[in-house]
Amino acid sequence: MKPTDISAPDYFHKVVDCQWACPAHTPVPEYIRLIAEGRYSDAYMINWRSNVFPGILGRTCDRPCEPACRRGRVEDTPVAICRLKRVAADFKDDVKHRMPKLSAKNGKRIAIVGGGPASLTVARDLAPLGYHCTVFDSDPKAGGMMRTQIPKFRLPDSVIDEETDYILNLGIDFKGGHRIDSLKQLLTENFDAVFVGSGAPRGRELEIPGRKEAAANIHIGIEWLASVSFEHVSKIGKRVIVLGGGNTAMDCCRTARRLGGEDVKVVVRSGFEEMKASPWEKEDALHEDIPILNFMVPVAFVHDNGKLTGVTFQKVKAEYDANGRRNLVPAGEADETINCDDVLVAVGQENAFPWIERDCGVEFDKWNMPKVDARTFVSTNPKVFFGGDAAFGPKNIIWAVAHGHDAALSIHKMLSGEDITERPLPEVTISSQKMGIHEWSYDNDISVDKRYKVPHRDKVIALKDIRAEVELGYDVKLALGEAHRCLNCDVQTVFAAPLCIECDACVDICPMDCITFTQNGEEEDLRTRLKAPSPHPDQDLYVADGLKTGRVMVKDEDVCLHCGLCAERCPTGAWDMQKYLIDMTHAGTSCPSKARSAA
Amino acid sequence: MTYIAKPKFHHPGLPKNDLGFTHRDYEGKISTLCAGCGHDSITASIIEACFELSIEPHRVAKISGIGCSSKTPDYFLGNSHGFNSVHGRMPSVLTGANLANRELIYLGVSGDGDSASIGFGQFAHSIRRGVNMTYIVENNGVYGLTKGQFSATADRGSKSKKGLINNDSPIDLVAIALQLGASFVARSFSGDKTQLVPLIAAAIQHKGAAFIDVISPCVAFNNHAGSTKSFDYVREHNDAVNRLDVISGRDPITVDYAPGTVQLVEQHDGTRIALRKIDADYDPHDRVGAMSFLQKHAARGQIVTGLLFVDPESDDLHSHLDTVEVPLNTLDAGDLCPGTAALEKINASLR
Repeated sequence: MKPTDISAPDYFHKVVDCQWACPAHTPVPEYIRLIAEGRYSDAYMINWRSNVFPGILGRTCDRPCEPACRRGRVEDTPVAICRLKRVAADFKDDVKHRMPKLSAKNGKRIAIVGGGPASLTVARDLAPLGYHCTVFDSDPKAGGMMRTQIPKFRLPDSVIDEETDYILNLGIDFKGGHRIDSLKQLLTENFDAVFVGSGAPRGRELEIPGRKEAAANIHIGIEWLASVSFEHVSKIGKRVIVLGGGNTAMDCCRTARRLGGEDVKVVVRSGFEEMKASPWEKEDALHEDIPILNFMVPVAFVHDNGKLTGVTFQKVKAEYDANGRRNLVPAGEADETINCDDVLVAVGQENAFPWIERDCGVEFDKWNMPKVDARTFVSTNPKVFFGGDAAFGPKNIIWAVAHGHDAALSIHKMLSGEDITERPLPEVTISSQKMGIHEWSYDNDISVDKRYKVPHRDKVIALKDIRAEVELGYDVKLALGEAHRCLNCDVQTVFAAPLCIECDACVDICPMDCITFTQNGEEEDLRTRLKAPSPHPDQDLYVADGLKTGRVMVKDEDVCLHCGLCAERCPTGAWDMQKYLIDMTHAGTSCPSKARSAA
Repeated sequence: MTYIAKPKFHHPGLPKNDLGFTHRDYEGKISTLCAGCGHDSITASIIEACFELSIEPHRVAKISGIGCSSKTPDYFLGNSHGFNSVHGRMPSVLTGANLANRELIYLGVSGDGDSASIGFGQFAHSIRRGVNMTYIVENNGVYGLTKGQFSATADRGSKSKKGLINNDSPIDLVAIALQLGASFVARSFSGDKTQLVPLIAAAIQHKGAAFIDVISPCVAFNNHAGSTKSFDYVREHNDAVNRLDVISGRDPITVDYAPGTVQLVEQHDGTRIALRKIDADYDPHDRVGAMSFLQKHAARGQIVTGLLFVDPESDDLHSHLDTVEVPLNTLDAGDLCPGTAALEKINASLR
């Protein structure tokens, strides 16, 4: 293998699995250390800079970081990264004075369609640079789906208000209750750029017999959730069936339990494991006595002269073809009818752009989605950008934020007369954490604690009040315990071959048997000759040559605890623990070209 | 040394031995030796050898004297019996323990100061009596705990860290062990685990006095230019006569060797060692040949390593003394005090 080029910004970034997996690349270990130190405001601001909505995401994020967390490969469960983010938001001091100052306007005007996470991220990135941002939303308050679709018992209004206000207070012109009906019209209004962050606002229909006749008691999930959010709906029948297996279905069933639903069931086509809902959301539903019935496909709404009485399901089973693709085939059992008073349909969301004229320069593909560049987020009209669910269909908040950052960077570059396809590298700083002979600036004593559970409100009380937040969040003590579980993967093991005397001290002390000194070879061969098995080829091998015996040092990054014992045991300082901070390029980041030399 | 304990976590895919243990289960406390000490590599090699042999830790007694090397039994086999004895007295404590309970595996760990100076006589007598043990000397040629004076194994003409030249002749413990009748004699290097681990494993399986001299650089006081026990010097002057693989149990040998390059040695308990020859003329069954080979190479400044001598027909102190077959603590009162009639009989036989 070729020696590893550790100066490439991506190499050590990949080692920080959580940060690499996060669409916005939030420096997770850095803020977790600050939480452990009790510096909640600092932890919050790191998050705020990167993911814009720490309090919201700390309750609702889809957490792509957690399945990636190295801790999940070392023991059973990853660090509760998401809920630690909430800790930063819960315990911070007033941070208003730390927000960007209002800046002099630069005369450029940006129209932002939709007031959800992608749009607000664009506004937040551009307003401090002097852009005049106007955000249009059909709802009276900002937040988009975060406000309308996520139930209040998961995400209280106060949190949304606080975090949308931080952005709106940057001098943003928010036009609530103002629906944009024509992009063409908007383009004539003298804006320098338009960002479309209007989401995927339409719930997918379920066209099966009885749908029209029994329509009065069949509701589309996200529309129903929005009505509940705006308090247009305050009750539901006693027996409720929720169709669908995603997170919206979980929100629907739990909301129904709070609006009078006593016998609420979720019925899903697929098996339990393949459901789209996050495991923790399924758990929360089950905890609220909501059964989840799997392998049942709805075939008809049963009604009595237009009055819904139930839903008939066909029983199916999963079969896998030669390519491993799953097909649901009839199980050969009799159809089952489940009686109910109301049905909530949560079988997916769709984009809809009736307000974008097809002759204003924005081209659409055969699926009726706008043609958007995946890196720059520009459409075929160079002044119009897309992001969030509006760009590539339904994803989640953290992806919308990531899109917003990238789109804002494109808009800023375009309006500065630069080439938007040139994407500056992230800014990288690396510094030794050595404080003394065997002292490090981070806590390298590895905690063996299991993941701490987040305390929940008592179920009886929680089910009575739709606005009572179910999760109470970690207290300071629990947060500290959980923070200590973080392995500090951003504190990297950096090896200097010229200093190495090949004494094997690092090999002997490494608790995870990560380090091997051996003859070089091709990667496939090397992986078979390591001191411990190497089951994850997606995890890099760190290879260094230049040793006196002609061997190479190979470190499998896979399950390294970043405990620094290799460096503590190294008599010559050939190993050092160095903190690698990667700051993603946002609009207005100065001197991005420095990144190369710093890395 | 390090301040934190080695984390309990281990690699999820670590191999397990016949007892279901990983090599981590053979560790002891965290080492308090200097970072990079060769002794820690020997510790790791002992751990690896015991893991590979699937030894039950409670079947091992690890006994040591005084010195950096003698501290190391604390760092391996945390669930074994241990006795950190008086300076240079490891061999007599070990001999006594062995006589009392012949069923344990005896691991004597000592250093060049402990065995070649204050305990030189003890070393000699335990070897010549053929005590069934593995006697490991962690040899760095220097008194590390007292900051770097030459020890008795330092080569004449080698230079101390302070710049002094050693004028005394060195004691070669391997040569002495050969002369005193050790039935298994080897030398290795702490920086070469592929050689050291099988040597320790073979020594543990050997019945009789097995002696291994392991050159172990002292990173703090004896790893400089002018030292003959530094990493660089040993690597440059290492003349390995053979490499070995320990073949545990009686399984058929599946390893493929080029013809003529391998010599199989079967030991008393049926275990076998495959010696891969590096020096084709070297015969590890020739004690006198080994002694002269060693002297000739030492004169040229070469450090001969590998399995230098093994007597497959060896026996031990218990067979010499014709002792009882079982540990003394399993004898009941009747065996220990056979009564007046038996005493009379013995007395009569002596008249």
